[in-house]
Amino acid sequence: MSTARPIAARPTTARRRLFSAGAAAWPLLAAVLGIVAVWYGVTYLVLAPERRFLLPPLHEVLGNTLGNPNVMNPMFDALWQTVGVALCGLAIAVVLGIGYAVVMAQAGWAEKILYPYAVILQTIPILALTPLIGIWLGYGFSARIVVCVIIALFPMIANTLFGLQSAGPAAHDLFTLNRATRVQRLLKLQFPAALPSIFTGLRNAAGLSVIGAIVGDFFFQQGSPGIGGLLRTYTLRLNMDALFMAIILTALFGVAMFSVFAALDRAVIGRWYGRGAA
Amino acid sequence: MTRTLVLDDVAKAFPTGTVALEGVSLTVAAGEFVSVVGPSGCGKSTLLRLASGLDEVTGGDIEVNATSTSYVFQEPTLLEWRSALRNVELAGELRGAAKADRRKRAQEALDLVGLTGFEKQHPRQLSGGMRMRVSIARALVAEPDLALFDEPFGALDEITRLRMQTELQSLFALKGFAGLFITHSVSEAVYLSTRVVVMSGRPGRVVADIPVPWSYPRPPRLRYEPEFAALTGEVSAALEEHS
Repeated sequence: MSTARPIAARPTTARRRLFSAGAAAWPLLAAVLGIVAVWYGVTYLVLAPERRFLLPPLHEVLGNTLGNPNVMNPMFDALWQTVGVALCGLAIAVVLGIGYAVVMAQAGWAEKILYPYAVILQTIPILALTPLIGIWLGYGFSARIVVCVIIALFPMIANTLFGLQSAGPAAHDLFTLNRATRVQRLLKLQFPAALPSIFTGLRNAAGLSVIGAIVGDFFFQQGSPGIGGLLRTYTLRLNMDALFMAIILTALFGVAMFSVFAALDRAVIGRWYGRGAA
Repeated sequence: MTRTLVLDDVAKAFPTGTVALEGVSLTVAAGEFVSVVGPSGCGKSTLLRLASGLDEVTGGDIEVNATSTSYVFQEPTLLEWRSALRNVELAGELRGAAKADRRKRAQEALDLVGLTGFEKQHPRQLSGGMRMRVSIARALVAEPDLALFDEPFGALDEITRLRMQTELQSLFALKGFAGLFITHSVSEAVYLSTRVVVMSGRPGRVVADIPVPWSYPRPPRLRYEPEFAALTGEVSAALEEHS
């Protein structure tokens, strides 16, 4: 028999990863600069001075809000509240979505019967459901979470199901030949094979959970306000500086959620297929 | 001599009406390595699925006298998230073998196929030939009485393929399992086997059964001997006549 030695691990892997993370951040930074440039362009070149209140320049927005604790403290409290709703809704969506997909993956007929419900949930506009949710659950925290779950659920279901079904027929034959039980097949073949798709679903659901939490805040104003609730208040008061600051915070929150789960995705899947594998 | 695998007048028709196999009788005794060659679509792979129990016959009988049967697929069919060692361990794991024991056996099987030192590598980090070696190690780890091979080397490049053939026949010489090997390569069939069975086009039937005389282990240069050429010629002629 031939003998061969494994290739030594490349010591530069960690540095390369750091470098690639930096390289990945550049386009994002460039995009932010682009947005700022367009912002100033519109403020000073498009808007006449008397209409400039519609889009106050960035430095005024930051100057009038960041230094003022009376504006920023409630805003951070509200953001924190929204983060709680988003994470809570995301957690519920992950558990429900994976569970629903696992049940569907057990048999062709189960999928045929159960998948349409997921599609219907996805296609009903959330705005059509919010009045009903308010009437049923009240206008507080739980209603916000339900909106968040409804919005974030579908990508979890669809991606998990796709992943559970991604193991090839030969791999299934291998498990059949070794007389694997249904549970063994699920835990040792289907679920591990689904992991990359589950993380794709998680990344999408994380972004959507932010939207869901803000939409929930916006409509259900009982209890301590979320950032979506403040958006509404600022709009009614025509408090443009605070409104733009709140929008900036929600955008940062959305990007942060997406980035965290994208990084988690890369880290886990990289290890999953072995060190240094593509 | 134990008749490890007996197919008696086996037929297989699919619900679509396609008749894949008809009246196939074939015996593989202990210590025999039988290759099946035939035109593509002649039901060679179906034959293997029936022998392994993955599919049911629609006519005739199959008798398997083996405590352990293993199956090597066309593709290596490794679990990408598992290291080479943990892939080889899989069968033992599914059958509830103790961890220390199955790990030791998996290591021995990897050593046997020349992958010592690659235990921790994942499939994506291995070459095509190495992946197929892991697959063969996984099949041999259970010490099978009957080993079924479904064109395992079909997707490999020529150089790797010849090397894998050399390794497989020496493994057969060492382990002495009964082997049933599907291939569309005549020289591969002759080089590896104690007998070559030729099948006709659909519906598949056995049209020739040609014994191969040489003892094991067989040197690679056997492929360039005139007797070898004569025998591959005989198999090819049988193939051509019935396809």
